[in-house]
Amino acid sequence: MEPDPRPSLAVWKFASCDGCQLTLLDCEDELLPLTDRVRITHFLEMSSAEDSREPATLAGTGPYDLSLVEGSITTVEDVRRIHHIRRISRRLVTIGACATAGGIQALRNFADVEEFRAAVYASPEYIATLDTSTPISAQVPVDFELRGCPIDRGQLLEVLTAFLAGRKPNISSHSVCFECKRRGTTCITVAQGVPCLGPVTHAGCGALCPAYGRGCYGCFGPMATPNLEAMVRELRHDGMTERDIVRVFRTFNAASPEYGPVPGLAAQEAPGTPAEEGPR
Amino acid sequence: MSHRGSRVLRLDALARVEGEAALQLAVRDGTVAEARLRVYEPPRFFEAFLVGRGHGEPPDITSRICGICPVAYQMTACQAIERACGVTVDGPLARLRRLLYYGEWIESQSLHIHLLHAPDFLGCPSAVELAREHRAAVERGLRIKQAGNAIMEQLGGRAIHPVNVRVGGFYRVPAPAELAPLAERLRRAHDDALATVQWVASFDFPDATYDGPFLAMRDPGRYAIDSGTPAVMAAGAGSDAAAPVRALPVEEFERHVVERQVPHSTALVSELDGHHYLTGSLARYAVSGRWLHPSALDAAREAGLGDPATGRVCRNPFRSIIVRAVEVAHAVAEALRIIDAYEPPARPYLAVPPRPATGRAATEAPRGLLYHRYAMDADGTLTLARIVPPTAQNQAAIEYDLRRQVQSRLDGPGEPPGDEELTSLCERAVRNHDPCISCSAHFLDLTVERG
Repeated sequence: MEPDPRPSLAVWKFASCDGCQLTLLDCEDELLPLTDRVRITHFLEMSSAEDSREPATLAGTGPYDLSLVEGSITTVEDVRRIHHIRRISRRLVTIGACATAGGIQALRNFADVEEFRAAVYASPEYIATLDTSTPISAQVPVDFELRGCPIDRGQLLEVLTAFLAGRKPNISSHSVCFECKRRGTTCITVAQGVPCLGPVTHAGCGALCPAYGRGCYGCFGPMATPNLEAMVRELRHDGMTERDIVRVFRTFNAASPEYGPVPGLAAQEAPGTPAEEGPR
Repeated sequence: MSHRGSRVLRLDALARVEGEAALQLAVRDGTVAEARLRVYEPPRFFEAFLVGRGHGEPPDITSRICGICPVAYQMTACQAIERACGVTVDGPLARLRRLLYYGEWIESQSLHIHLLHAPDFLGCPSAVELAREHRAAVERGLRIKQAGNAIMEQLGGRAIHPVNVRVGGFYRVPAPAELAPLAERLRRAHDDALATVQWVASFDFPDATYDGPFLAMRDPGRYAIDSGTPAVMAAGAGSDAAAPVRALPVEEFERHVVERQVPHSTALVSELDGHHYLTGSLARYAVSGRWLHPSALDAAREAGLGDPATGRVCRNPFRSIIVRAVEVAHAVAEALRIIDAYEPPARPYLAVPPRPATGRAATEAPRGLLYHRYAMDADGTLTLARIVPPTAQNQAAIEYDLRRQVQSRLDGPGEPPGDEELTSLCERAVRNHDPCISCSAHFLDLTVERG
C-alpha cells in the first residue's frame, strides 16, 4: 500500500472545557476539505479509530507532524502525558488560554488547593490533583501558542495553513485597540467611559466585546508589552474599585506572569479617589 | 474466549464523546458484575472559586465549564442570580435569550447527531469516513450546525463562550434587520432538519429500554427549555406508554436529587430519591413532546417515534438520535418564529441590584437538565455556588443501561460475544446518552464543607 502523503494531525486534551478543539469542528465549511489535506490521526472527540485511543494509555507512538494541545496541566499523570506527546510530535501548538496560560482553573494557584478539594469532594483522597494549573510551556517546549478563551476560528485555520506550508503563522501580537480601529468601533472608554481591557489585551478576537457595547474582559490574555500601570489607573478612573480590578484580571488568563503586578497597582490608590490624569 | 468464567474489559479512552472518560466492565459466569463509567477528567473546582466573585460574573465564568453548551450555563446562571435578586426578565428580552439558546441547541444536537453518533449506526470510526459514503448527509448536518452557530455569532458575538450575555439581559440587542439574514438561513435549515429526521429514522436500532424515571423541565403549552418547573415522569413498566408526571420545584431540587462521590470518578453521581434517573432528549420528549412545534411533531410521528400527543414516549436510548433530530427541527422552527415576530426590547438589559439572598434555576442544556444555585451577600459577593450538570445526573443511569444491555446480549441467542463486540456495545450505549464529560468532572459540593 502506498504511504499516505498527507501530514498527520493530532488533537490532545488536558484540563479544559473542550471549546478550543470544538473550534476545529466549528470550521463547518473547511472541515471536510481539510481532511483531504491532513490526516487527522488522533482526535478522540471526533474519531473512534484505533489510533485515536492511544493517548490515555501513553501507548501512542506517533510520530505526529502537528499536535494541537488544549488544556492545562493539573495532575501528575498529565505531566507524564504531555512529555510523551512532545516526544512523538514534530510540532506542538497550544490552543487556547488553558494550554497557553493555565486557564481559569489556575485560580487555584492563588488559593489553597486542599481547601478547594475538600470544599468540593466528600472524599478528597480520591482526587489526585496538583497545587497548580500550569500552561503546557511550563512542562515542554512549545512551537507556537494560540491565545484566546476560546481561540478564534480564523486564527486556528491560519495556524493550520501556516504549518502545512512550513511558514510562521501570521498572528499579530498587538492589542485589541488595533482591532477596534480596524473594525471602525468607536472607543467605548473614550465615548462612554466604559472600563475596557483592550489596551493591554492580545488581539485575535476581532474586538468583539466593544462592538457589543461591552468593555474587553481580557479573554485573549496579555498583549506583548502591556502597560499595566496606565491600564489600572484608567480602569480606576472609569469607576472600577480595587476589588473589581483584581477580579477582572483574575479570570481566564489569571496566571499570566504579565498580570503579576496588578494587585499591587490596584491597591496603590485608595478606592473612591479617581486619578485626575487619566489618558482621556 | 468463553463467556463462562471471569473477564474484565477496559476501554481506556472513550471516543466521540465530549470530554474524557473510561469504561470498565466485569463479567462473572455470564453475569455482569460491574459496569463503570470512570470520568478521569481532572477537576477544575468551579464551585470553589466562584465563592468571593461578584454576582455579575457567573455567566462568563460558568460558561467555561463547557465549550459545547456555554449558553446553557450562561442562561441558568443568569436566571438563578436574577431570582436571588428578585428580578424577572420576560417579554422580548426573554425571547431573545431563547433564540440564543436555540442556536446552541441546533449546533450542539447537530454535532452529536452527525459527528459523534451517526458513525455508530453506519459502521464508521468517524464522520470523515462517514462522509466518504454519505457526503450529502454529513454536509447537510454541518450546514444545520452552522445555522445554529450563526445565531450564536449574531446574538452572542461568537459561538463558543458568547460575550453578549449579562445578568439582566444583553449588552446590546440587535436591530430587526440584523436578524433577517439568519431567517434566510434558518428556512433552509428547517428543510435540512426535516430531511435529517428522515435520514436518522432509517437507521437500524437495536432493542433496548431505559425503564427508570425521566427528569425534564415542564412548562405546559411549550417544549420547555428555559422556562417552567422540573418534572419527573415515573419509571415505565417497559412499554412506551407515558407514566404519571409530578413537579419537582427548583426550591426542592436538592432535597430529592442527591449527589454522592464514588472512588472511580471525578464526577459526582446523582440519584433522585435514591434511584438512578435519566435527563436529556428522551426525558424531554416524554415530558413535553406533545408541545413540539407542529412541523417537528409531524416529523416525529412519521419517524415512528410514537405520538406524544397520545401519551407515547420513547424509551430506547439508541433512538435518542431521532429525538435529537426532532428537537433540532423544533428549535429551528421556533427560532424562526421568534425572529419573524421580533421587535427590539426597550432596553438591552434590566438592572439587577444585589441583595443578600439565594437563587436557584434549572434549564435544559442539550444534554439534559442543568441546575444552579447561588447565595450572595448584600454587595453581591457570592458566598456559595452549586452546579448540578446533566451528565453527573445521568451517570448512574448510563451505568445501569450498560449493565442491562450487556446482560441482554450475554443472555441472547447466538455466539457468545467477544471482547471487541462487547466493547463496541458499551461504547455505543454510553454515546446514546451524549455525555458531556468536561462538565461532569467539575462539580464540587460546597455543602460538604459544612459537614
